[in-house]
Amino acid sequence: MGVLGMYLRRFITLIRGEVLVLPSRIVVALFFIILLGLPLITQNPYVIRIIILSSIFAMLAASWDLLSGFTGQMNFGHALFFGVGAYTSAILNISAQIPPWGSVPLGAIAAVLAGLIIGIPSLRLKHTYLALTTLAFPIILLGIVFALPELTGGELGISGLQRFTNSLLGNYYLHVAVMLIVCTVMWKITDSNTGILFHAIREDELAVKASGINTTRYKLLAFCLSGFFAGLSGGLYAHYMRIAGPSTLEVSMSFSVVIWSVFGGMVTIYGPVAAVFILFPLLEFVRFWPEYRTMIFAAVVLLILLYMPEGLVPWIRDKIEKICPRCKIRNVATRKTCRVCTAELD
Amino acid sequence: MNIIISGLISGSMLALLAIGFSLIFGVARIVNIAHTAFYMVAAYCIYFLSAQIGLHPLLGMVAAVILVTILGLLAYKFLVDPIREHEAAVLIATIALAMIFQEVMLLIFTGDFLSVSYLVQGFFLLLGVKVFYQQLLTFGLVLIILLALWYLLMKTKLGLAIRSTAEDREVANLMGMNESRLAMITLCMSVGLAGITGAVVVPLTILNPFMWMEPLIMMMAVVVLGGLGSIKGSFVAAYILGFAEALVVFLIPKGAFLKGSVALSIMILVLLIRPEGLFGIAFEEER
Repeated sequence: MGVLGMYLRRFITLIRGEVLVLPSRIVVALFFIILLGLPLITQNPYVIRIIILSSIFAMLAASWDLLSGFTGQMNFGHALFFGVGAYTSAILNISAQIPPWGSVPLGAIAAVLAGLIIGIPSLRLKHTYLALTTLAFPIILLGIVFALPELTGGELGISGLQRFTNSLLGNYYLHVAVMLIVCTVMWKITDSNTGILFHAIREDELAVKASGINTTRYKLLAFCLSGFFAGLSGGLYAHYMRIAGPSTLEVSMSFSVVIWSVFGGMVTIYGPVAAVFILFPLLEFVRFWPEYRTMIFAAVVLLILLYMPEGLVPWIRDKIEKICPRCKIRNVATRKTCRVCTAELD
Repeated sequence: MNIIISGLISGSMLALLAIGFSLIFGVARIVNIAHTAFYMVAAYCIYFLSAQIGLHPLLGMVAAVILVTILGLLAYKFLVDPIREHEAAVLIATIALAMIFQEVMLLIFTGDFLSVSYLVQGFFLLLGVKVFYQQLLTFGLVLIILLALWYLLMKTKLGLAIRSTAEDREVANLMGMNESRLAMITLCMSVGLAGITGAVVVPLTILNPFMWMEPLIMMMAVVVLGGLGSIKGSFVAAYILGFAEALVVFLIPKGAFLKGSVALSIMILVLLIRPEGLFGIAFEEER
């Protein structure tokens, strides 16, 4: 009992000292709690479905940010990873009868291979060339998919996949938990040494090279990591929708990923996640006027970008938090002095 | 013979689009995803003016090009100019713009396939293949426009300014060129070119609000293959890809599905050997 109490006290101190001091951390904690507690409030299948799809796309958008935001390797063909993950796990599930627990990770590994295959040639290219070349890859694959209807189902795609579980709550917790874990892992990766190197490559590749770091290896690593997480989300999507169709490879899919990430704020990981959880339900809300849906979506994105070109989340974060000029630690905007070094905040 | 004709037509269309795209990229560093959307809007304008109002198609084309250019200017002034420094944001803005155009057209004209009548009727037989006068006209117009463009860029003062700005923006600015005005003029030219492409191609294709997607990809492939900012490169690459598409469609079964794949694979192969494209200049690493 005493040991338990001690741990509890320590936990409360931790929460008070580390989480409650910054509004952004409170928001993240609330996000976790709300997502995990939502089924207690409502079990409406429609709401659950939207949250599940949002989680899947949040993973996808965050994985784009890991590659393109952090290393600056603009990838316009992120749908490739998503599609490879979806199609591989679908084919494995239908033809080889592998249950979803096995086919989704295998699909993700196939996406890693795809990342290697397109990463090795693409790394000779820079900036716009890279962006436009990567755009081509999913379209090439789409052509192959259409040309091999026996294997891939052509335009109809592969349908009739097994689900993980058939219970509503089981599916909900599976997808939400995977999303939370994957996004935390990605955020941790960007916080680690590797992530700092990714960031350095984005800022100044020549300087990183000059420091004796093999930038090609790190860029390939970024391609593979991003491919893995995107393939994972592709596999989950295929098994949740019970269909892997050509829509997973379309240009509009690649573009939506970019829109989500830039809208939420690049180089953050949490930005794209937030953007998906804002934009995706918003898109569902305006389903009452289906013909205006895409237009409203595009108009919202345009207007937000006009006023916050850095993206939504960094803009909000800058409004509610200030960086201490001396020790570079974040503080609530209402504080007069830094919470660590007590320097004056401007 | 069919291969040559279809390759020439799609190559010419791609060349016009790609040159417009690489012009604005070179001068203002804007990756304008909405470029082919302007082409789509121009095509619809022509349809509206000639088929529904009853204007002469030629007049309709001129009006459509002017309208689209004005539209492009407005979009640039109000949507792109305020966020010019943030490249990613500009990119998304142009994607969103293209989507808005697509939706507006979908609302006004619905998703039905529409077509515009030929400017000149009739055809002649060449080696047993029908060659429509309209196809000849389109090809001739494209060549004239390309020649005019080449003259403008290579022989006039404005062309010199555009080329030097594309080469080095800061130095051009220091030499007393008004960079933002130049960007404006180039944007007009670029969007105007997209409009003209729409005008010359519209009688040969079918109109639908999603017609901007496919040329967009091919246009980007052309631009990359030819080398960014190189007019000659875009021209050559456009015909290479146009013919590759035509060959695949006519010679391989199920080729229509694979035409994009093959053309893009060619682009990737060339890039592997020459990362800066066929005629591109390898820039020093910018820091």
